[in-house]
Amino acid sequence: MEQNKVPQDRISTYADNKKAIYATDTSGKYTLVPSSGWEIEEEATLQAVQELERLAREAHSRVAKGEKSTLFFHMYNRRMDLQVLSESTGLFKWRIKRHFRPAVFRKLSRKILTRYCDALGISRELLCSLPPQSDELE
Amino acid sequence: MKTHTDFQHKHFAHCESGVMSLMVSHHGMPLSEAMVFGLSGALMFAYIPFIKLGGMPLIAYRSRPKSIIRGLQKNLGIRMQMHSFSSPEKGMKKLDSLLQQGHIVGAQSSVFWLPYFPPEMRFHFNAHNLIVFGKEGDDYLISDPVFENSQRCPAKDLRKARFVKGMMAPKGLLYYPCGIPDTVDFQRILPTVIRKNARAMLKTPVPIAGVRGIRALSRSIVRLSGKDPREARLFLGHIVRMQEEIGTGGGGFRFIYASFLQEAATILDNNAELEKASRQMTAAGDQWREFALLAVTAIRGRKKSPIPFPALEQKLLEVADAETRVYKNLLGICSR
Repeated sequence: MEQNKVPQDRISTYADNKKAIYATDTSGKYTLVPSSGWEIEEEATLQAVQELERLAREAHSRVAKGEKSTLFFHMYNRRMDLQVLSESTGLFKWRIKRHFRPAVFRKLSRKILTRYCDALGISRELLCSLPPQSDELE
Repeated sequence: MKTHTDFQHKHFAHCESGVMSLMVSHHGMPLSEAMVFGLSGALMFAYIPFIKLGGMPLIAYRSRPKSIIRGLQKNLGIRMQMHSFSSPEKGMKKLDSLLQQGHIVGAQSSVFWLPYFPPEMRFHFNAHNLIVFGKEGDDYLISDPVFENSQRCPAKDLRKARFVKGMMAPKGLLYYPCGIPDTVDFQRILPTVIRKNARAMLKTPVPIAGVRGIRALSRSIVRLSGKDPREARLFLGHIVRMQEEIGTGGGGFRFIYASFLQEAATILDNNAELEKASRQMTAAGDQWREFALLAVTAIRGRKKSPIPFPALEQKLLEVADAETRVYKNLLGICSR
């Protein structure tokens, strides 16, 4: 890619940051060019982010209906899935799935709740409650 | 605690190669990021459908995490001190004591838990690399190669990011050079590493790595035509993200490798053939970018227009052909 063709689309996903891209100058020599982003990359990133947000919204409504425990929402709200939550808590997937049942979740011990809190980086109060809607990452 | 006034942050394309370039340069062996990447033989392609990250198959344009650190040790004779930890307390204490001794320290971390990353870039990926070069109050001073300026990170966040569990868990990994060779025989090493890397791309025994991996991916794209269009769009977006978003310096590391080949050509007495191979590699990178453009245009099409699967397959096969030519050339140049 030539230096003057490095996209400078000021994409939203970079939040005013720049990435370094390898490109050639007029004499064909490689240099590092700071780029404010390529809209093609932005669309791919946004697609992934929107998919994660969709999952969190869906989870939110299922928890609100009482089908799932609040853990189910907080997992998706932290951009995790069953696999990541299982790896980061060290709990088997089947156990976590059980904890998605509101009746089972209500009876969980402090010890297990703390493991979820550590993995998700949230307080116990938050873990056991359903916020008004999925909140942004702080 | 003192900070390192003689340490200068620099902006790079990729985390692991940036960290190593900055670190060995800081220790008296100036080496560009492209040279670090090339000399460690990090160029790769792998498409592993049975390993999933966030529900998507693993697609990688470089060798596996930590292989740049290991490759430099092996190929250049740099010695690295590495520490990983069973407990976060020990890991944070060791970091503090290394900083106090005046070291700049490489660290592996998760991306998601680093607060200075923009929210849209925060995914659960645990093999990010950065340099810690000081501490002020409760904040660590961080040189993150993929950011333009140095960053600050509160201790509790860095601790969380260094000690997440799961796939590729960092286990608090810290590293720094403890032995840099006085001289490096580039005339001998460069042809060897280039030949090895080209051979790895051409002659893998498994059909999902190297150029064969690119062809396997093209077949998977054709198979998407029978699947749910929503799934197909997510898969295509995923390929583009792995290729462009994940700090690759553009075109899935093909441009950084072309830059390496150019530098190698200069060192090897202005080798004109290697210079030509660098231009071919640039062309391959450009073709990857064309593929990305095609893929995202297809995603954008929404429900109305069908995804042009044959065109996408065709483009990837062209990329595979272009790369095959470069690697064959490189094998020829470097085996003499």
